[in-house]
Amino acid sequence: MKFLRDILDKVKPAFEKDGKLKMFHATFEAFESFLFVPNSTTKKGVHVRDANDLKHVMTVVIVALLPTLLFGMWNVGYQHALATGGAAAFGEMLWFGFLKVLPLIVVSYVVGLGIEFIAAQLRGHEVNEGFLVTGMLIPLIMPVDCPLWIVGLATAFAVIIGKEVFGGTGMNIFNPALLARAFVFFAYPSQISGTKVWVSGLGSGEGVIDGFSGATPLAYAGAGEFSQIPSFSDLFFGFIPGSIGETSTLAILLGAAILIYTGIGSWKVMLACTAGAVGTGLLCNAVAVNAYMELPVYYHLVLGGFAFGAVFMATDPVSGAQTEAGKWIYGFLIGVLAIVIRVFNPGYPEGMMLAILFMNAFAPLIDYYIVGANIKRRLKRAKLSKEEKK
Amino acid sequence: MTGQKEKEPLFSTKILRLLMTPINKGNPITVLVLGVCSSLAVTAKMKPAMVMAISVIVVTGFASFIISLLRNTIPNRIRIIVQLVVVAALVILVDQVLRAYAYEVSKQLSVFVGLIITNCIIMGRIEAFALGNKPWPSFVDGIGNGIGYGLILILVAFFRELLGSGTLFGYQVIPENWYIAQGGFYENNGLMILPPMALIMVGVIIWVQRSFNKQLIEK
Repeated sequence: MKFLRDILDKVKPAFEKDGKLKMFHATFEAFESFLFVPNSTTKKGVHVRDANDLKHVMTVVIVALLPTLLFGMWNVGYQHALATGGAAAFGEMLWFGFLKVLPLIVVSYVVGLGIEFIAAQLRGHEVNEGFLVTGMLIPLIMPVDCPLWIVGLATAFAVIIGKEVFGGTGMNIFNPALLARAFVFFAYPSQISGTKVWVSGLGSGEGVIDGFSGATPLAYAGAGEFSQIPSFSDLFFGFIPGSIGETSTLAILLGAAILIYTGIGSWKVMLACTAGAVGTGLLCNAVAVNAYMELPVYYHLVLGGFAFGAVFMATDPVSGAQTEAGKWIYGFLIGVLAIVIRVFNPGYPEGMMLAILFMNAFAPLIDYYIVGANIKRRLKRAKLSKEEKK
Repeated sequence: MTGQKEKEPLFSTKILRLLMTPINKGNPITVLVLGVCSSLAVTAKMKPAMVMAISVIVVTGFASFIISLLRNTIPNRIRIIVQLVVVAALVILVDQVLRAYAYEVSKQLSVFVGLIITNCIIMGRIEAFALGNKPWPSFVDGIGNGIGYGLILILVAFFRELLGSGTLFGYQVIPENWYIAQGGFYENNGLMILPPMALIMVGVIIWVQRSFNKQLIEK
């Protein structure tokens, strides 16, 4: 450590105000504060509200994502073994998945952080940790065989158009990771839908055993072929094809526990989201005019990206609702919309992504009216107490 | 001004400025933000965008010219309806010409040729310029605004067709063997064909233009 500190101290003057490399100050600053705790103190009045800073929050979310990531890697190997008929040991499957998933993660981070550094450099900001979580979320919601250049392009689109245009981390209207997925979904639909993309190696068809279908359970549900849907426990534990991180509801619940325990993810949003989905599902069951509407409610919670979206996407503090009452409304409507899109729109088997993006757009409106209502209520109270004094 | 006998040259600097301003500093789409709807609708391919641009240039130029000729005789109260009649007549002319000589493109553009009438650029230039200026400057101003509009249209259409369909004016530009279906790695970007991407493209153009032209940035 001493050795690193020495190097940094040696080159530091060059990046200061009068140094010859001062244009790269932001880059240097980012590396220095990444390696060491900065020793600068606040000069003006302090406003300590919480010991949490952005770096801490991001690190906790990354830790919460680890169960889904590890399970996702293993599941990539497991599904591949199923498809090719070759049984493999636990370690082999994990290693196979690791090799498949790692390039996606690397591309996502390199592209995203590269753009963040350039943007910070151009604006004279300091590079912040905003992309750490987004960069991990993007690979987790992609199909495993998604071409790397498409992942890179989607990341670039999400960071530039979704975030930097609005002013960088904390200013974005939409969740950048979901925006990246939406970009792939609309721009390259053949890479993110259908039956060939969810299991590694299925696209080329090499060594795939006869009769193996890579269709996701959600696709079966959409087609009304309920007999093809795996058992509830398989869905819950996640032994199914799907985007890398979304399959295992159990791993996601572990992450949710971490987020809720540390107070970083809002349990209100998660609960409201589930309530919205269950309510809409029950309503569908009661009417049940088409096959999809008859799907038992609890299946909706473990199918597709619902759990992942509710825990990791909807709770994004930047693009979601900020007020406490707003969080209930925001989460509830996400749940409702996700099921509505799933059940009523034959074009999209999954509705979670579009539901969250849609509600992202409405979150400021919800907050606006909640704040307005609070102000009105307090004014009323103030008036009443004034009258009482008279 | 009435006492002035000297004739202005046909292309004085003032006239040239009328022509050039709308192309960059006073661009109808990126600076005045007029006529955005049609720029989203017709820019999926180069060819319709080009035809639309030419149609709008013709209509803005001649509408401004005719209104400027009539400006002293139009009663102020009914001027909007008179302007509409002139613009509508010109649009019908353009529409008929397109149907006669470019039927395929005319079908692609469908309702958007007719909707040139409601293009805010035309009414905006008539109200703001042609009603108070002589015919020749009005004509140049109309043409300039049409060109400013057309340039953005073609720029947006260039990227949308190249990235969305891999073609330019219908000719394959991106090599066939790049495509995944042919064993390559590439695939057309389907989002480019959809209207939201046109809006994003226009936004990006506005962004680029303003970062070059700092005086356009609002305080």
